[in-house]
Amino acid sequence: MSALGPVWAIARKDIVLELRNREIVVSLLVFSMLVLIVFNFAVELTTVNLAVVGPGILWVAIAFAGVLGVNRTFVLEKERDALDGLMLAPVSRDAMFLGKALGSFLFMLVAEAVLIPVFAALFDVSLMRGETVVVALLATSGFAGAGTVFAAMAVNTRSREIMLPVLFLPVVSPLLIAAVEATAVIADGGGWGGLGAWLQLLGVFDVLFVAGGAILFHYVLED
Amino acid sequence: MISLRTTWLAANAVLMAVSLWMIFLWAPTDANLGTVQRALYFHVPVSIIAICAIILVAIGSVVFLATGRQKWDWFAYASAETGVLMGGLALVTGAIWGRPIWNVWWTWDAKLTTTLILWFIFVGYLMLRAYAPPGAQGARLAAVVGIIGAIDAPIIYYAADLWRTTHPQRVAGPGAEGSLESEMALTLVVSMITVASTYAYVLLERYRVRRSEAELIELSQKVRATVAA
Repeated sequence: MSALGPVWAIARKDIVLELRNREIVVSLLVFSMLVLIVFNFAVELTTVNLAVVGPGILWVAIAFAGVLGVNRTFVLEKERDALDGLMLAPVSRDAMFLGKALGSFLFMLVAEAVLIPVFAALFDVSLMRGETVVVALLATSGFAGAGTVFAAMAVNTRSREIMLPVLFLPVVSPLLIAAVEATAVIADGGGWGGLGAWLQLLGVFDVLFVAGGAILFHYVLED
Repeated sequence: MISLRTTWLAANAVLMAVSLWMIFLWAPTDANLGTVQRALYFHVPVSIIAICAIILVAIGSVVFLATGRQKWDWFAYASAETGVLMGGLALVTGAIWGRPIWNVWWTWDAKLTTTLILWFIFVGYLMLRAYAPPGAQGARLAAVVGIIGAIDAPIIYYAADLWRTTHPQRVAGPGAEGSLESEMALTLVVSMITVASTYAYVLLERYRVRRSEAELIELSQKVRATVAA
């Protein structure tokens, strides 16, 4: 517990803040739903192409919303120099990384818990299955891990709003491919059998980016 | 006394003229693909050098983070700039090849997809260097991106490969690589040496620019300190 104590303390701080103003989850949700609606007009969806195009729309919405979410958690830290306070705290950088990533992970997950059923209903795709939960958990960990590293970087640059997506989106492209393809398999009625390679890819990405993020975070936030 | 740099530049110019002659006049025209096959002599070397550049960025970044010595950062930065140039050339020459041979400028094949995504990661690296605060902090952030880019490269390739094998190929690929005629192979080798030499020269020049910039900043700080005192 002692090693995880600081991690939980940082995540809890973000969660308490979020419970008070509900800023991040609500903006994630509203924004991602708007992306779904925009795509609905941009792409002519028929029952024929829905199973192919639908998962892509869902994950684009989640990825774009994720960019906003992780950015917000660090902009909040930067305002009133809370980040400096956090860096002064006797907490290792990897614990800081894990704490911030855990917070972002939970916020994205809560938003997805509403977004995915809404998506399934709006576009008539059958996703309400256990497989979807596993895919969402794995993909969201990767998004949160990579997003936290890049958000911590972008917050220290000029034009951080553009820097974060420019760094984040190409790096998470394998994650996006795997999440979209896995969701397409699920929407197509395929069970666990068809998901093997995609789940593996998601897992490898998660391990690399959570472990790598924890190691590299030390250099991202050095005083 | 002619400096090594000038000699290198002159030798490089000669090498370039020779490889251009070999590519366009000496090497035989490919029986199947026609004259467009000559794009290969540019495309293969710049692609290989682009991959090497990514590896060099990662090496420079790791050593810089480990030792904190600035020269490794200058090296990584210079390699990233040159790598983006070479990667851009690889994408363009690939498209020139693809249009007549595959009938499309672009196809989302694993290699092409990976190249494009990596190119964007390293464009992001250069943007970060432009927007990050100058000095040690910007260098550290860029080094982290350089390392992440290199770690991500095999995963992107694996993902793109898996992705494309689950979908039918939209266009026919060039098929299995046939063996090149000996004149073609020699031309490719000479072109490879030319591109490698050009890359190394540009890398060195950019490295010197980085070093001069750092010296300039140091000097101006000294001047300011003296004026203030």
